[in-house]
Amino acid sequence: MTGQAAAAPAAAPIFDTDELVINMGPQHPSTHGVLRLVLRLDGERVVDADVVIGYIHRGIEKLSENRDWTQIILLTDRMDYVAAATNNLGYCETVEKLMEIEVPRRARYVRTVLAELQRMASHCLWLGTHAMDIGAMTVLLYAFRERELVLDLFEDYCGARLTYNSMRIGGLPLDIPTGWDAKVRAFCDIMEAKIPEYEELLTNNRIWLERTRGIGVISADDAVGLGLCGPPLRGSGVYRDVRKDEPYAAYDEFEFDVPLGTRGDTYDRYLIRLEEFRQSIRIIRQALDGLPEGPVMGKVPRLIKPKAGETYHAIESPKGELGYFIVSDGRATNPYRFRVRPPSFCNLQGLRPLIVGHLVADVVALIGTIDIVLGEVDR
Amino acid sequence: MVEAIVFYTLAVLILGLGVAVITTPKTVHSVVFLVLNFLCVAVLYIVLRAEFLAVIQVLVYAGGIVVLYLFVVMLVNLKQAPEAHEDPRRLARLGLVLSGAVLLELAGIVVYSFGRVTPASAPAAPGPLTGMGNTEELGWLLYTDYLIPFEVASVLLLVAMVGAIVLARRQS
Amino acid sequence: MLDTIVIPLLKIAVLLNAVLVSVTFMVLLERKVIAWAQSRLGPMRVGPYGVLQAIADPIKLMIKEDIRPVRADPMLFTLAPILSLVPALVVFAVVPFGGDELFYVTDINVGLLFIISVTSIGVYGIILAGWASNSKYPLLASLRASAQLISYEIAVTMTLVSVILTAGTLSMVGIVEAQQQSGLWFAFVQPVAFVLVFIGGLAETNRAPFDLPEAEQELTGGFHTEYSGMRFALFFLAEYANIIVISAVVAILFWGGWLRPFPNVEALAFLDLIPGWIWFFGKMFVFLYIFIWIRATLPRYRYDQLMRLGWKVLIPIAIGNIVVTGVVKVLL
Repeated sequence: MTGQAAAAPAAAPIFDTDELVINMGPQHPSTHGVLRLVLRLDGERVVDADVVIGYIHRGIEKLSENRDWTQIILLTDRMDYVAAATNNLGYCETVEKLMEIEVPRRARYVRTVLAELQRMASHCLWLGTHAMDIGAMTVLLYAFRERELVLDLFEDYCGARLTYNSMRIGGLPLDIPTGWDAKVRAFCDIMEAKIPEYEELLTNNRIWLERTRGIGVISADDAVGLGLCGPPLRGSGVYRDVRKDEPYAAYDEFEFDVPLGTRGDTYDRYLIRLEEFRQSIRIIRQALDGLPEGPVMGKVPRLIKPKAGETYHAIESPKGELGYFIVSDGRATNPYRFRVRPPSFCNLQGLRPLIVGHLVADVVALIGTIDIVLGEVDR
Repeated sequence: MVEAIVFYTLAVLILGLGVAVITTPKTVHSVVFLVLNFLCVAVLYIVLRAEFLAVIQVLVYAGGIVVLYLFVVMLVNLKQAPEAHEDPRRLARLGLVLSGAVLLELAGIVVYSFGRVTPASAPAAPGPLTGMGNTEELGWLLYTDYLIPFEVASVLLLVAMVGAIVLARRQS
Repeated sequence: MLDTIVIPLLKIAVLLNAVLVSVTFMVLLERKVIAWAQSRLGPMRVGPYGVLQAIADPIKLMIKEDIRPVRADPMLFTLAPILSLVPALVVFAVVPFGGDELFYVTDINVGLLFIISVTSIGVYGIILAGWASNSKYPLLASLRASAQLISYEIAVTMTLVSVILTAGTLSMVGIVEAQQQSGLWFAFVQPVAFVLVFIGGLAETNRAPFDLPEAEQELTGGFHTEYSGMRFALFFLAEYANIIVISAVVAILFWGGWLRPFPNVEALAFLDLIPGWIWFFGKMFVFLYIFIWIRATLPRYRYDQLMRLGWKVLIPIAIGNIVVTGVVKVLL
């Protein structure tokens, strides 16, 4: 506070109320990584906020333009590192679209299962940290307990627990191990039983309601205007889910609902994500029931070298619409231009309008509610 | 003997802390000295066997009012010293007069109390009240002999409270 | 000489040590209970089932580097932790652990008021810590803390007035004896007061769901962000000592202290075989457990909601309770 004394004009009265400028992050327990917020506070109220990013920028997009097409898969793992399989899926499908490769049906089914498992793992992490930010510490441990099970499933499938490198252009590197589908079913049963446990701790808790209801309200128009996507957009009641609108993988073959919010507040976004757990379980069960036999790898040339052209393809990642824009010049074995539309980055646009006017305590709740991963924001 | 030692130690402490309150350059420090001062006064009350008063002293002054002082001092953030007045001694005269008056008054009390030496009549509690703790005594007196001053004081406090709220309202 | 100096000093020495040791074990208990609530094991490495963790933790804190920020205020930075611990320990002087004179240091006739007033000094530790650190997060936290403590102190004190009215005394021993005479624990006579005092106690000890001054997620640890080593340990000790105080006070005021259930029912006289201090510690333990349980369960209030709860809910109820108690007392 004393630091601003020099900046104040000489004619300032002896007593005056300063705005307090505080730096929240990049090292702060609740900014979900290395997000930095420069908050201007009037008492506890946020007058203005500056969102500073870039602390974990690794140049993945530029790096990708110097790697061959298959190597890029492993770079995509490192963007949204809590939902690596979804990133793999988006990238592989984009290249497949560019090269017009037919992916076998079995591979598309397994991809869907992996993507939905990943959605649950990502939502578990979101739920745990979001609740933790608001002070409910037990939910974190409960959610991580279930996330661990998903990681076990991924470990069974591809040997890795965080950065899976789990898909290939044209299909999957491996068929699912024997008995894996039974394990996934067992997990679905466990998960279904555990969701009420989270709900019991939060959904009707008065403190939770007071902390989330009416906090960070964003109207449908504003949400669209800010370019939000995923649960924050649906929380405001806008029907937009890439899985329904532009089906990819095998989503057009399954029945599921897209939960929508009505008020557009933090509580709605919480309810939507909880409902997405249930819908994910529903999709996984349908996929396992109808899992077709056959190969998991399509006909792919030995040397991947798409012909000249460009394409954009988006999928619904746990955090929103994850899009890849890729340009190939048709000569090199690496993309000419590689660009990602990361949902976290786009949703982060909404953070400033959300937090201005709220209290400091709400800031952490609102960072939690838009569910960002800084690895994806900065790339 | 013990009581005398305690009394004079406390007296020195209280005076010393009082001087520290007005001489420390940092406002927060002087508030802290003020708290310590109040605590010493509370101990003095205990020596006088007025436990209730001692506890209330700590509760109201040290625990309540000074916390608010501290609040204000921390929040208001004095940026610059108030500008010096043209006549730096303008308050000195007033201070001189006031302190002279206080001194005179004290001297008067000393002379008066030495004038009427009352050796054995120290326990001044009236008859019906003996056997009670001093909390009860205090309560008894407040609600019998001093009822009107007590009620007047409470109305005054109420007025002050309402006034504070009105002032705070107007600003926002 | 023996009665006036040696025995009280001995009692004080024993009590202080007992309190400090039980505080360290309280930390262990909390870690264990929360771990169980969260389907974890908690500390398991030091000693069987991690029991010796209670000793390892203080040792770790003692040998840690003591860091003082360069621009902190040296005097207040040191004074703050002391100011927060000392009141928490002083309060134990008037807490009776049993009916016999052996079990309390002193029984002054304003015991309850003494507890209230001494704990109100503890707020200085927090405010000064925040200010002296010369850092923004601690400052915000200490502002929250001061506002919170003052508000809830009013609520708790007002509520205690109704208890005092019921008991007719301010002495802690006297209040338990009053419960013995009436044959009913005050929790049944003054249930509203019990709930208010417990909630106020949670808020005054900065415990979840009112742990705003040290909200890790918002203020990165709050007023003790800049503290480390033993200075931090003092804050820690103070917090847990305060929890023990609140549990003890609630047990004494509302659950009959060292009395067995239904102290006047002859049929239950066999319960007297259990010594009073065991009853007392049992009751205290229950409240300590509830403190931890609440922490494991509830999210945190927001600052303005907390203030609203204090001023607009608890204080009016407390005043209403005083009025009702007074009327009933006069009518009976």
